[in-house]
Amino acid sequence: MDIQVRSAHKSFSGFPALVDVNLDIKSGELVALLGPSGSGKTTLLRVLAGLEFPDYGAIQFGGENMHGKPVRERRVGFVFQHYALFKHMTVLDNVAFGLTVRPRKERPGKDEIRRRAGELLELVQLGGLAGRYPHQLSGGQKQRVALARALAIEPRVLLLDEPFGALDAKVRKDLRRWLRELHLKTGTTMVFVTHDQEEALELADRVVILNHGRIEQVGTTDEVYDHPATPFVFDFLGTPNVFAGRVDGRIVTIDGDGQPIETHSIHPAGPVDIYVRPAEMQIVVSEKIGLAAVITDVQRSGPVIRLSARLDASGESLEIELPHASPEAGGYAPKRRIRVRPRHFSVFPRTGAPRPPALADVPEHASAEVRGRSRA
Amino acid sequence: MTDRIDHSLLDPPKLPFEPLIERNAVITEQPWVRWLLTASALLFLAGFLFLPLIAVFTEALRHGFGTYVEALQDADALAAIRLTLLTAAIAVPLNLVFGVAAAWSIAKFEFRGKAFLITLIDLPLSVSPVVSGLIYVLIFGAQGWLGPWLAANDLQVIFAVPGIVLATVFVTFPFVARELIPLMQSQGTEHEEAALSLGATGFQAFWRVTLPNIKWGLLYGVLLCNARAMGEFGAVSVVSGHIRGQTNTLPLHVEILYNEYNFAAAFAVASLLAALALVTLAVKTFLEHRYGDALAASHRH
Repeated sequence: MDIQVRSAHKSFSGFPALVDVNLDIKSGELVALLGPSGSGKTTLLRVLAGLEFPDYGAIQFGGENMHGKPVRERRVGFVFQHYALFKHMTVLDNVAFGLTVRPRKERPGKDEIRRRAGELLELVQLGGLAGRYPHQLSGGQKQRVALARALAIEPRVLLLDEPFGALDAKVRKDLRRWLRELHLKTGTTMVFVTHDQEEALELADRVVILNHGRIEQVGTTDEVYDHPATPFVFDFLGTPNVFAGRVDGRIVTIDGDGQPIETHSIHPAGPVDIYVRPAEMQIVVSEKIGLAAVITDVQRSGPVIRLSARLDASGESLEIELPHASPEAGGYAPKRRIRVRPRHFSVFPRTGAPRPPALADVPEHASAEVRGRSRA
Repeated sequence: MTDRIDHSLLDPPKLPFEPLIERNAVITEQPWVRWLLTASALLFLAGFLFLPLIAVFTEALRHGFGTYVEALQDADALAAIRLTLLTAAIAVPLNLVFGVAAAWSIAKFEFRGKAFLITLIDLPLSVSPVVSGLIYVLIFGAQGWLGPWLAANDLQVIFAVPGIVLATVFVTFPFVARELIPLMQSQGTEHEEAALSLGATGFQAFWRVTLPNIKWGLLYGVLLCNARAMGEFGAVSVVSGHIRGQTNTLPLHVEILYNEYNFAAAFAVASLLAALALVTLAVKTFLEHRYGDALAASHRH
């Protein structure tokens, strides 16, 4: 079922939780709502579910207006962060609950209900635990029971609030893969909330990044990662290095670097901040280009080497990530002098300067048309 | 155990062993102090709690079991028992419904005046029972606000059963609600939201999800409510009028018998109330033992 959200606003006693949110979710999509705490992502999910109502704005499921419809009429599966399993019921009864509360005319027979609940338990690989009570299950098992229970009502949309938040890292990884498979198998439209960018990028078809109740960007993993629409998105998806510089048309000049960089996109002239991920820094051999810096620390972390360096010109520190396999990797040591330059970057108007809305992300090799921006 | 702890205590190492024990003794007093404190506590318990209880039963049975049974089979005593049971049978279910409704609305919804409502629920606990009784006399009595209208319609509230029931309902109102509010607040609304999202109606969510979650707390509240409903003296005394065989509850009957120097009968009837108290305590202890976890949340007030 496709979902449209049109200029939804919601505030809690004066605190704006959602500000002019517009969002289109296609049928069968797996979408992540990503943002820091207090960004409004859970509120948006609850508004979709009908557990909260927007102050104004419209929500449509497959073209049908959901205005004023409470949660029980929306047929959405909602999986709560702490599962909210009914602790006085067995696993099977939990899963069957949604079928047993149907009005008598629509309710399947007792055996049919048991059979369907049993099938769902097989689907979530818990067939053997039907007779257990929730307190006898592990966190991951509870999570899957909660999912089976939500799926029992054949929901038009499955909404998950921080589905892996309360689980340990290993279980979380397994469940993530498993949820992805479940999505492929059932084809249900799924929306989940997370504050973990890695989880969002790995699992979702598209990611909605929220901040202070506003949508900062909507896009595929590639789009939000390669073409972040705002400094916030860039910052949230990884700790960037930020350089001061200037831009004029296609020409970007980092302060302190003699050699300007030509980009494929055109920008209004003015001071900018240049955002570069640690992995997108390169060390250059030429003495004429790049910024002079001195290495302060070298750390090996699995397949990458992390260098910390201090820029000569500004004294600011800088993070660089290099693949461990790179030819020169062994030669870096503290106090060694290097010259660095960004390989890919995004430019944003200088913080504090008013931001023209048309200007967004500009990686060096990006086409002038920035894909993610039009939707954000 | 001491070995392990002493390793850390021996630092600095020169300190001798003995004083360390004493320094570690902030929670253990000298033996004679402990004995003295324990003994005085036990003596207090025995003197103020067990002795009266034993006294009630020994006094009741002083003139033999026959007299005891006879005192209970007295027509007035039987009437008092019936009235007490009737009062409890009306007041307890009413307060069960009121209490659950109040707790449900306070714990699961946000509305203006919530804090005021919570205070209001506590009112019967903070007002003297005599005042509670007087309120009803002032409203329903012959000189009260509704007195003339009631008299004109031949309705008797004060000095009759309705008055007794009203006073009992008022006095026992907080017990169920106070038991449930903290319990339901600690449980939050997630389970109900889950039930609603699965298509349950509000009533189904309450009946199949909320109620099973609170049932032990509810039973506990009902138990306390019942004990108070049967034992209430002050408020009922004001509105009852003490008409023998008609408006005397068990506690009032005890007082009348006692004032008539009919000690054996007084204690015999009193022993019924004491037995009720013991049964209540036993069931309460059993519930706490068996369902301690479910009750714990409600017992921190």
